[in-house]
Amino acid sequence: MTYELLQNYWWLIISILGALLVFLLFVQGGQSMLIGVKDADHRALMIHSMGRKWELTFTTLVTFGGAFFASFPLFYSTSFGGAYWLWMLILLSFVIQAISYEYRSKMGNVYGTKFYDTLLCINGIFGPLLLGVAVGSMFFGNEFCVTKNKILNVEAATISTWGPQHGIEALLCWKNLVVGAMVLFLARTLASLYFINNISDEQLHSTQCRQLMVNGAAFVVLFLLSAGLILTAKGVDCTNGVMQWVDYKYFHNFIDMWWCLILLLAGVGAVLWGIGKTLVSKAAWTKGIWWTGIGVVLVVMMLFCVLGYNHTAYYPSLLDTNSSLTIRNSSSSQFTLQVMSVVSILVPFVLAYIAYVWRSMDSAKLSKEEVQSNSH
Amino acid sequence: MEELTHVVDWSRAQFALTAIYHWLFVPLTLGLGVIIAIMETIFYRTRDEKWLATTKFWMTIFGVNFAIGVATGIILEFEFGTNWSNYSWFVGDIFGAPLAVEGILAFFMESTFIAVMFFGWNRVSPKFHLAATWLTAIGASISALWILVANAWMQDPVGCTFNPETMRNEMTSFWAVATSPMALSKVLHTVLSAWALAGVMVVGVSGWMLLRNRNADHCYRSLKVGAWVGFIGIVLTAISGDTSAVTVAERQPMKLAAMEGLYKGSNGQEIVAFGILNPQKTVDNDEDPYLMKIAIPYGLSILANHDPQSFVPGVNDIIDGISKTPEGKPVNTVSYAERIANGKKAKEAVAAYHVALQKGDNVAKTEAEKVLQDNYKHFGYGYLDNPQEAVPNIPLTFYTFHLMVMVGGYLTAFLFVALVLAYKREWLEKAKWARWWHWLAIATIPLTYLCSACGWIVAEVGRQPWTIQDLMPNKVAISDLSAGYVQVTFWVFAVIFTALLIADISIIMKQISVKSKQDLNTVNH
Repeated sequence: MTYELLQNYWWLIISILGALLVFLLFVQGGQSMLIGVKDADHRALMIHSMGRKWELTFTTLVTFGGAFFASFPLFYSTSFGGAYWLWMLILLSFVIQAISYEYRSKMGNVYGTKFYDTLLCINGIFGPLLLGVAVGSMFFGNEFCVTKNKILNVEAATISTWGPQHGIEALLCWKNLVVGAMVLFLARTLASLYFINNISDEQLHSTQCRQLMVNGAAFVVLFLLSAGLILTAKGVDCTNGVMQWVDYKYFHNFIDMWWCLILLLAGVGAVLWGIGKTLVSKAAWTKGIWWTGIGVVLVVMMLFCVLGYNHTAYYPSLLDTNSSLTIRNSSSSQFTLQVMSVVSILVPFVLAYIAYVWRSMDSAKLSKEEVQSNSH
Repeated sequence: MEELTHVVDWSRAQFALTAIYHWLFVPLTLGLGVIIAIMETIFYRTRDEKWLATTKFWMTIFGVNFAIGVATGIILEFEFGTNWSNYSWFVGDIFGAPLAVEGILAFFMESTFIAVMFFGWNRVSPKFHLAATWLTAIGASISALWILVANAWMQDPVGCTFNPETMRNEMTSFWAVATSPMALSKVLHTVLSAWALAGVMVVGVSGWMLLRNRNADHCYRSLKVGAWVGFIGIVLTAISGDTSAVTVAERQPMKLAAMEGLYKGSNGQEIVAFGILNPQKTVDNDEDPYLMKIAIPYGLSILANHDPQSFVPGVNDIIDGISKTPEGKPVNTVSYAERIANGKKAKEAVAAYHVALQKGDNVAKTEAEKVLQDNYKHFGYGYLDNPQEAVPNIPLTFYTFHLMVMVGGYLTAFLFVALVLAYKREWLEKAKWARWWHWLAIATIPLTYLCSACGWIVAEVGRQPWTIQDLMPNKVAISDLSAGYVQVTFWVFAVIFTALLIADISIIMKQISVKSKQDLNTVNH
């Protein structure tokens, strides 16, 4: 494989991991709903249902980070060290999730069940929102400069430097926030579909149907707004190694890579079908999560594709255009990408055993009786 | 420069805080995972409900501990980017690969099968459940393997070359990275020490329950598995520790010298079994390094080279360029002053390479490449101001090393006795000293954690000032942040981790207390 092909391949892997992560954020979406659930049985059912999946979301986030580090280390170096506050807030929001499921109902948990449920809500709201902001900033730009030969200067050796706000500016950018809010409402929409599929409780189904309608509508509006912002946004083009801002860059990418547009539209169709059919059947049809889930994976993958392919900087710099990161100038060496590609052959096996376990564990729907009998 | 020092110090403090908290939870997960899997295997083979009850008892402790290990682990991974961004670029081409492999191969295995382990009792077959328990334990160990491979590479950077065009190190052999002697000894020493820690935990908790006359049958079942795993773990930890010492003597002689507080080495070098360092001693005075010591003749030569007459260099020898051959013969190499000069030449060569590249001057480019190649192994020294800067904190390294060895020795004896007593129930039931033994078992739990933390402090403090041995000192590895920013996140993490630790200990103690009052010979609870 040529170096360019390997770089493209690894961007595809990153896109798949990113897309799977967004799908799995249904766990966070469900957590964000806990705040309004008054019925104790429903609350227990929802928490037990999500408690069996949260580790997959968490692991996908960690693997997404690890894969980005291995394949595009300059992004890891530039974004994480630069947008310090944004990434720290993301980390904090996930740290408090990891322990909450395990501790919330245990005796001696010191701070009480409500405390841990509040932490779950915080992660549920801010996890997707902040991750959305981070992804939004990849489209709309960040304030950084990369000067690699600074590494020779001991007094100021850091090669990636940022504006003084270190990620707070990304949090205050309304365009990023729109993308973040879109991800949050998508996660809530997916959560409703997941609960309908995973839990056996008619009353809860009807509550989740109402939630699906409200969150689904909010998601569609925010998706259209985000799509409009992305399609009309400027992007950095790096054809022939010359970096320059180009109007409607992502729109042009969709035209140039028509297959992305077709798959994106197919994904959008699957998302709407999953939501629409579930609503029309009043939750009698429970397979909406799979249609919408596959649709989400397709849409997010295509967004990543137009972000990184077609001579596009996937991390444009607002301070110094030439510092913008592309999949060519930020990737690992050819040797490392080759080694990692061998390892990536195992990904289908990993996906296969996850699917097998998911199927085995969810073959029977979760019921109140099972929740009451499970001591864990 | 003062601000730079502050950022480096706070970034180190934050990483150390996260790593120490993380390591409080990980070893128990690694060791207890194996213990639970063995217990469930016995249940599967015998179908004896008592073993199922015992398995479930320890599984609860495992679950509480696992969650907090996961929480602190994610921060460690991301801190390489947030606080050590230059490092992430300089060696990301090599270092990122083990992390990605860890995610793909290990994390998914753990996170997928742990759900089956806890929630799958009535949803999957007993065989599938047993497989899930083993796969969770194996996943945790594979995860440790890759992160330790990554850590070992920082201590002994092999399988890579510096590319002046991209200004970073690039991997040339994944095999060399994954199987370096440093990686092999580190993986064995660390994972097996986790077995010992989990074994001590099982023995200690069982001792507490026996003191209160609760569930004696369950306790002796637990003791048999726990003491076996713990004893095998501690014996193999000692053996792998010996291999580790040889590797450190070879690759990081300065660390070995710091571990022993040795300034001037010799042939047939003694080892200090117990000692108090002289606080007045520095590399540039002639004070005696010890206020008092109890030494074993030839001990360090045997430890470092497996030869009682061999040479082991001290801190001053290494600074002056006196080292040892792999066979343990003294040899003159490059002094630290020369290394600093060579490092500066290497840096200048990189700058010259880029000028030549811009001008299209191939002759100058080739010349610069040659100078770089000749001097690159000392590249990191080019950032140092003086040789003393390359000496780690000797008292901290010395005391933690000796504490680790002393407690490790005690643990070997303790776990051996625990193993014998696990099969001599009548002794413990009749002997008057049995209460003291149980109290000792309880007191050994925190001691084992201390020993485990000391091991990491030796490994990490002993290699200072290097983020990557000989190639990148800490002060060049950091992110472009103000010290104030890092201070804020340090304290936020300190508060959160401490709060979580309090909850973790409280839950574990409560679970043990409550469950120990239930009948642990049946599963009807």
